[in-house]
Amino acid sequence: MIYDGFKKRKKRYILTSIVLLIVLLALVIFSMCYGNTVYSIKTVVETLMGDTTSRASFTIINLRLPRMIAGVFCGFAFGIAGNTFQKLLGNPLASPDIIGVTSGSSVAAVFGILFLNLSSVSVSILSVISGLLVATIIFLLSKKGGYSNSRLILIGIGMQAFLNAMISWMILKASEYDVSGALRWLSGSLNGVGIEDVIILVLVVIPISIVIISLRDGLDVLQLGSSHALTLGLNVNINRVLMIILSQLLIAFSTVTTGPIASVAFLSGPIASKISGRGSSNMLTSGLTGAILVMGADLIGQYAFSVRYPVGVITGILGAPYLIFLLMRYSKKGV
Amino acid sequence: MKRSQNKRWIFGVMGMGVLLVSIFLSLSYGSESVGIDKVIDAIRGINLQDYDTSIVRSRIPRVIFGVIAGAALSVSGLMMQSVTRNPIADPSILGINTGASLFVVCGMSFFNITEGNQYILLAFIGAFITAIMVYGLASLGSSGPTPIKLALSGTAASISLQSLVNTVMLPNSRVMDQFRFWQIGSIGGATTEDIILILPYFVLGFILALILSSHLNTLALGDETATSLGINVTRVRILASLSGVILCASTTALAGPIAFIGLMVPHMVRVFVGSDLKKLIPASVVCGASLLIIADLIGRVLGSPGEIESGIITAIIGAPIFIFIVRKVKVSSL
Repeated sequence: MIYDGFKKRKKRYILTSIVLLIVLLALVIFSMCYGNTVYSIKTVVETLMGDTTSRASFTIINLRLPRMIAGVFCGFAFGIAGNTFQKLLGNPLASPDIIGVTSGSSVAAVFGILFLNLSSVSVSILSVISGLLVATIIFLLSKKGGYSNSRLILIGIGMQAFLNAMISWMILKASEYDVSGALRWLSGSLNGVGIEDVIILVLVVIPISIVIISLRDGLDVLQLGSSHALTLGLNVNINRVLMIILSQLLIAFSTVTTGPIASVAFLSGPIASKISGRGSSNMLTSGLTGAILVMGADLIGQYAFSVRYPVGVITGILGAPYLIFLLMRYSKKGV
Repeated sequence: MKRSQNKRWIFGVMGMGVLLVSIFLSLSYGSESVGIDKVIDAIRGINLQDYDTSIVRSRIPRVIFGVIAGAALSVSGLMMQSVTRNPIADPSILGINTGASLFVVCGMSFFNITEGNQYILLAFIGAFITAIMVYGLASLGSSGPTPIKLALSGTAASISLQSLVNTVMLPNSRVMDQFRFWQIGSIGGATTEDIILILPYFVLGFILALILSSHLNTLALGDETATSLGINVTRVRILASLSGVILCASTTALAGPIAFIGLMVPHMVRVFVGSDLKKLIPASVVCGASLLIIADLIGRVLGSPGEIESGIITAIIGAPIFIFIVRKVKVSSL
């Protein structure tokens, strides 16, 4: 009987993943074809296969392709990283964008972009280091007198206030031209992503995601609570630290490419577990959900209004009602 | 008894001393520093045609507003902390600033407002609505507004409102340029007219806080005890929250977001004067005023020839103190 249930859940999980993949594929195709000029799928495929003679080639290769890849991979990365944080800390509110880890990457990125004029690779490295540093500090500070998730979230919020003050200061210091760019970047945007940024992103996201997805068995046990996991022989601390570091890498690299796209990390996990069931840790489905969110929101931001909005504004607005709903439930239940 | 009274006296005298010194320094220091004698001239109102004296006089509104704003924020934090029995209640944690920002930015883009008092009114309404919403959201459920629920509700509100602010602001570069200076708290922009405009609200908030102080003292003994002593617990809570919100909303309306003053000051003061609100309120006023004036001064020293907005300085000083307080609180009461 129990085994039956397990099999059923597994089937549902695979099925959901396939459906999500199809939706994502549809969005990808749409985003490649649709725009100021609409190209047929045939043109797009031919161009991608190496036919650079047509007039479409510049738009498709230099503009739409990097934008699409950035959307898919950043969404995927934010989705997986957010889900890891939420599952590890056992709280849907503990996503990296709420507890200040994303700000840790942003602060270094803003510094690198506005003051050091660094190339995007150096900015990535800088913001990976600073993101990891901030995450470590938050963890160390919250360890006193026994580890507590509530304390970790609170300290994260304090940290975020600190980092946001630094970001505001840097933005004010910078000249006006840079500021509008920095503000756009801060709200999360797929504009102006170049093909070379995208290559690094892909090279980072794919292997790390594979490692995280293969580590998720440990996470399933962790979800039962640290003490259960301990009795089952899992080394809680090492696994925890490893998963956090890997998620942090995902966040830092995607943040540098697109800016902190609001709410994606926070929304993906819960949505994924709603549609694919609570049985597993939903890593793959969270990633796919994240990618769909970013791609969908970008299309809305680009074409639904008379002005073009960066993708982060749209996802931020999508995230708000859910966040409030979650809080209401959380408050009623009592903590 | 005697000793603690002495301690209080020493604290009171020292607090006033620090406040006076920081006011003097704030008046004399700036991109054009002025001697103490000119400061005294300016305060006494003589030698007004002198260049240095006029510089000092131009700094007076800023300092007056700094004193009022620092005091208001501290008392506001004190009220919120007493009502919720929650050590981390603070306007910035509650996301109130973002609510004010949203209303102001909407006014700028949709109604083309340019006048000071219109900003203030809009910011006030926005801050007020946000405060009530966040507070209500955190109070749902039997455990009441615990620190974590309050902080998360505030963060949730900030994130949601910030994306709405971006939606309104990003398409419009004129608004973006005007607004980015408003989005960071500073006491530099206040004019005498602004202060007069907002003064009634401050007075109302302070008076409400003073009237309620003895009731709040009783409330600290626990709801049952307070009720049996004949206090209407709900009414006291509502009025005290109202006082807290009025004070921080009116400050935010003029200064923009100034973080963590309301969080830090009551904790610092409690160490010296104990937990009696009748003494905590005046002590917070003095201490909060000095802290904001000093933060503003630090911002001007570090940022010279320009300045670093005091909202940034208070966040940079205050966030570590917030973390320290969170670490001190017992896990079970989070």
